[in-house]
Amino acid sequence: MHIMEGYLPVEHALGWTAASAPFVAYGIHAVRKRFRDNPEQRMLLGVAAAFTFILSALKLPSVTGSCSHPTGTGLGALLFGPAVMAPIGLVVLLFQALLLAHGGLTTLGANVFSMAIVGPFVAAGIFRVARGLRLSLALSVFLAACLSDLATYVTTSVQLAWAFPDATGGFAVSLAKFAGIFAITQIPLAISEGLLTVLVFNALARFNAQELRSLKLSTDLEVRAQ
Amino acid sequence: MKKRPVNLLLILGVVLLSALPLWLVQKPEATPGSEAAEIFTGADDKAKNMIGSINPDYKPWFSPIIEPASNEIASLLFALQAAIGAGVIGYYLGVSVTREKFRREAEKNAATPTAPENERSAD
Repeated sequence: MHIMEGYLPVEHALGWTAASAPFVAYGIHAVRKRFRDNPEQRMLLGVAAAFTFILSALKLPSVTGSCSHPTGTGLGALLFGPAVMAPIGLVVLLFQALLLAHGGLTTLGANVFSMAIVGPFVAAGIFRVARGLRLSLALSVFLAACLSDLATYVTTSVQLAWAFPDATGGFAVSLAKFAGIFAITQIPLAISEGLLTVLVFNALARFNAQELRSLKLSTDLEVRAQ
Repeated sequence: MKKRPVNLLLILGVVLLSALPLWLVQKPEATPGSEAAEIFTGADDKAKNMIGSINPDYKPWFSPIIEPASNEIASLLFALQAAIGAGVIGYYLGVSVTREKFRREAEKNAATPTAPENERSAD
């Protein structure tokens, strides 16, 4: 989902940067508030960031014959709420843009928007809906992580289709082309991300039940424990 | 303890999802006169080529400040990125497992106050 350096027209690059900036600013505020109010959660937030670090470094083969990577932003969004993932995603994307020439500074705003804003908010939304439908915790976590991963790649496709509409078919044809590259490739990877997120959740629920209880998910886990 | 097989199945699922494409996708035959087709290139690169085919006149207006000197250096940095993440998670899980173990032992000891104080913890 990394749009390469220089591959968005100037006005799009500026527009996405402007769109992402308030989310990042609010996210930094949210992280600070959490550190102040619950210093014991610092390490768990580190784990959420580390999960994104690992997953976004793993380029996995897919059935379409190309490689792509999961995003790992769902876990943190479920544990801490979607807002905190914006600055965390920014750090990951900045690392890759500066050291790896993967993504870029001019496309950073667009990439933050898809990976660190849309993904986490979709994860949190799907999780609420799934819990509202009384699905099990594991299934809810799976769906949230899986669909947030997919949503990130659909967002990237939309961003590119918007910037590069097809000469004859316009936005829709272009979107189909980019979605064919990103979204289809991503389906098995999104499932993998869902499974891995459930795996980490299981470990946290078993060894860190008390810490999870202090987070928003508390009620869910207590319900399950009874 | 009941979670173990579930977790193994989850890991197995991820491994299969990642490994099966390697078998399922056949490398297209290289036609004479053209370059050998490549498979399992990055989707990001494919999108870049797609931009080129949709809008051949588009010229990227900014280029990366530092590029990894070679593919080896790039994979070094990706491995480093994953290693940092894995290290943090591994450390946290290690701490959590140990803490949980001590907590349970403490509860057990508290529940049986007649047991001698420390000597039993060795077994």
